[in-house]
Amino acid sequence: MLGRLRLALWIAAGLAVAAFAVLQLNEPRPGNSGNGLPGQALIGGPFELTAHTGERFDNKTRLAGRNHLVFFGFTHCPDICPTTLNEISEHLDKLGTAADGLEVLFITVDPERDTPQHLATYLSSFDKRITGLTGTTAQIASVLKLYRAFAEKVPTSSGDYTMNHTATVYLFDGAGSLRSTLTFQEPQGIRQGKIDRLVKG
Amino acid sequence: MVHSVKVAFAAIVLALAAGVAPLVAAEFKVGGIVIEDPWTRATPAGAKVAAGFMAIRNTGSEPDRLVGGTLASAARVEVHEMIVVDGIMKMSELDKGIEIKPGETVTLKPGGLHIMFLDLSAPVEKGPLVGSLTFEKAGSVEIEYDVSPIGGGKPSSQHHGHHGAGSGTGAMPQGQAPAKTPQGGHHQH
Repeated sequence: MLGRLRLALWIAAGLAVAAFAVLQLNEPRPGNSGNGLPGQALIGGPFELTAHTGERFDNKTRLAGRNHLVFFGFTHCPDICPTTLNEISEHLDKLGTAADGLEVLFITVDPERDTPQHLATYLSSFDKRITGLTGTTAQIASVLKLYRAFAEKVPTSSGDYTMNHTATVYLFDGAGSLRSTLTFQEPQGIRQGKIDRLVKG
Repeated sequence: MVHSVKVAFAAIVLALAAGVAPLVAAEFKVGGIVIEDPWTRATPAGAKVAAGFMAIRNTGSEPDRLVGGTLASAARVEVHEMIVVDGIMKMSELDKGIEIKPGETVTLKPGGLHIMFLDLSAPVEKGPLVGSLTFEKAGSVEIEYDVSPIGGGKPSSQHHGHHGAGSGTGAMPQGQAPAKTPQGGHHQH
């Protein structure tokens, strides 16, 4: 009797281990199709927005096989957004024509104020290879989700508002895999090196 | 009533002789408050906001607060703080202003405390740009902002190639004209 119970317990334990292994195998693997490394965070994905030129921007067709930089900001931003745009313009300047195949996307977190026309005016002060993107509030919210980025409105005393937002610059390869990130607290040479490696492979 | 005491420095000759930049370009005083080197950056086309930076020293015996100011081309001027936490840029209006304790110096700089110019009616292009600051106790004082290129650092700093902490506080060559052309501000050393 006791022997049977022991056997049953061993069988149950064996089944549990097998079931666990099967579940592990069936669980969808996180990560993009790129390098297939385990534990890679899924960042990015297909979206449609409107470019500062007024054209529809479908990233699936526009970014396929192309290295790209993605970052979020808004034009009513006094410090980090123009600084980031200026720094990236300098990086592109240094790369010269080597950066021509690189897509640089500046996605607004403030679509109410950042119309395509306003983005076009604003971006005329920076490198021409930077594409500004806007859309409906819902479209922007879903793109933020895809990139695991954050943005929120912060009201000010005058009845106006400003925005808090993710300030990281994401670097993707042509397969859509996240290769690196830039922050503007790191030295300029480090950032340039990361972009150089992405562009020059 | 606006008091304005601008102290000019004849340090340029000395500085040139020593081969370094003038350490202090401008000082503005009101009561025990001394404002050093106010500066701002040229704005990108169509920009509606800009930020002003400076060092504020309290030489008096009582704490005071920077509570606001004016700029001819800005509909409103507010006191703000920007911080970056875990990659997220957070902006907040300091409705009680910035306290400067006796004997202390508070520095408003990129990536931190700043005077925020809102609803600009004209772009910031070149200096000097006249504005004013208001302190709770000392009152108002007229100041002049020096203007660096878009995304540039503090105008008179001479640390070529050095990029300080914070968001792009890269030093720009002294005397460089503010960016007027699209690529105008992109100089690194």
